[in-house]
Amino acid sequence: MLTETTTVLPRRRRTPLALGLVLGLVALGLAVVASIAVGAKGLPPSTVLDALLHHDPADPDHLIIWEVRIPRTLIGLLAGAALGLAGVIIQGVTRNPLADPGILGVNAGASLCIVVAISLAGIDSMTGYVWFAFLGAALAAILVYGIGSLGRDRATPLKIALTGAACEAAFRSLTTGILVTDNATYEQFRFWQVGSLAGRDSAVVTQALPFLIAGFVLALASPRILNGLALGDDVARGLGQNVAAGRALSAVAVVVLCGTATAMAGPIAFVGLVVPHAARLITGPDHRWLLPYSMVLAPLVLLAADIIGRLVAQPGELQVGIVTAAIGAPVFIALVRRKRVRG
Amino acid sequence: MSAVVTVQRRTARRTAIVTAVLAVAVLAVFLLALSIGDFPIAVPDVVRTLFGGGTVRDDYIVLRLRLPRALAGLLVGLAFGLSGALFQRLLRNPLASPDVIGVTAGSSLAAVLCLVTFGVTGVIVPAAALAGGLLTSVVIYVLAWRRGVTGHRLVLVGIGIAALAASAMSYFLTRSDVRIATQALVWITGSFARVGWAEVRMAGVFLVVLVPAAVLLGRTLSVLQLGDDAAMALGVRVERVRLGLLALAAALCGVATSVGGPIAFVAFLSGPIATRILRTGRPGLASSALVGALITLLADFAAQHLLSGTHQLPVGVVTGAVGAPYLLYLLATANRGART
Repeated sequence: MLTETTTVLPRRRRTPLALGLVLGLVALGLAVVASIAVGAKGLPPSTVLDALLHHDPADPDHLIIWEVRIPRTLIGLLAGAALGLAGVIIQGVTRNPLADPGILGVNAGASLCIVVAISLAGIDSMTGYVWFAFLGAALAAILVYGIGSLGRDRATPLKIALTGAACEAAFRSLTTGILVTDNATYEQFRFWQVGSLAGRDSAVVTQALPFLIAGFVLALASPRILNGLALGDDVARGLGQNVAAGRALSAVAVVVLCGTATAMAGPIAFVGLVVPHAARLITGPDHRWLLPYSMVLAPLVLLAADIIGRLVAQPGELQVGIVTAAIGAPVFIALVRRKRVRG
Repeated sequence: MSAVVTVQRRTARRTAIVTAVLAVAVLAVFLLALSIGDFPIAVPDVVRTLFGGGTVRDDYIVLRLRLPRALAGLLVGLAFGLSGALFQRLLRNPLASPDVIGVTAGSSLAAVLCLVTFGVTGVIVPAAALAGGLLTSVVIYVLAWRRGVTGHRLVLVGIGIAALAASAMSYFLTRSDVRIATQALVWITGSFARVGWAEVRMAGVFLVVLVPAAVLLGRTLSVLQLGDDAAMALGVRVERVRLGLLALAAALCGVATSVGGPIAFVAFLSGPIATRILRTGRPGLASSALVGALITLLADFAAQHLLSGTHQLPVGVVTGAVGAPYLLYLLATANRGART
């Protein structure tokens, strides 16, 4: 997979890459504006600009923008960035091109914990979900990686993917076990489960922000570790890195990022899988570029998917999780067919 | 040489004894399911009723109310056990079972579409589920085909398809009234509560064809186990036999799912449990099928009588609650041996 050593990039590659990143940011800015403007009630850019600059609480258009569209866009931005970074790290640490929080059972673990919270503890707000989503994501990640890396040949892609799928099946059957006996919990849960940016409170953003910042800092500090791990544990150790500490730190970053993103938007599969691959096509294997690129491209994809979902099913809308799965699953299968995945 | 023969003979005798014991246990649980309920009927009376000599009351309770459900449990369990063992041996992976690699996900999606979107019920739902499962299997096989099909590619493609189906399912579930959605949720968890004679008859007709075919073609499994080259040298048309067995396994799984829903872990765990009892290192087909039937009948018995009053759990919840911890234990030990 990652065979090239790129500790020092030649200067002539650095400029186009930086330009590309700026271009990505511009595209992301356009997506943000589109996400605020497009919806059940189309608003012209002038109104959007007006609402942003001179907020008038009496104007219903401004109310839509501030109460509905902006929180939604913010959640898309943050959750997207978190999923993109988590995807790069999880693929780098496990040296597994097919790793993704959705496939590895992390989302299912978060779901199970949230159902338990709704059903037993009577938690009914998005702000309350966050903690339980965290706990579930962390436990699931530890369990899947722990079980998947037992054995002589360590964590191969197939073993991790199978363990993830098996644990997911286990979590899901426990989740449905609670849901079929508890109608009220199911009524709440099914709308969280589908993965959506809509209907989330802006308080969720404030609550998640400290965790996200911690996760972003950890993630953006990790390219050296990830570049080292890509060369194999022995080489990384030879380069003077503390491999075990690096792995543990990256794992913490993944759990924090995935847990927060899942808590905010519900289980969204495949963004964390597809975006790092797309970014790698542009940047090559160097994580110092791969991480920022994924951090910009993933929210772009998520916001685009959300806008598509709003447009194709009018007057209703397709939840973003459905759109990303519809785009992501074919890409996943194409990857399986193309790569010589280690069995 | 004589030592080998002795070991072979001992394994054969053990297999025969274990299979016989399992068959007796399945029969015992089957009769128990017919005899216990709101109106208990003694086992001798149940047997007499089955052979046509019961009272009017016993006839009604045993033949009309309890027999379809017990038969459904028996047939579905047999089919799931057989299908799981076939998949696990063909893909040479103890963790590759139809509920992991997306075959049952296709059935569930078709059933959810019927129940939620088109609002139909009755025999159309199992028929659609069967069609959905078979169609999904074909899609998975075609997508995994690249100059032949390797086990791990099939598994990974199946996981992708399963994720896609799951996401489509959760979308359709949000688009309906919560009561209909709950009904669909019970279906995709697996339940025998609605099963009547029509479903049992349909499953019976299919299984009468599929089970003997699987047993006949399954004889080549031990040759396939030697590896493709060795099997070819022994005169087995490897690709064709493997495709035939995969198709049979998918069909068995589809039939089972169409009757009872994708009951979690039955297909997954029957093979490994049979392996452990037999101590042969790989699941025998007959014993896996019997273990599947035993698990399903026991779980449905528990699902009916665990909660007091009118509440009944779907059988899939029981198998899930018992199966999940066992599965994790199994994953831990299977990986330690690195037998993949």
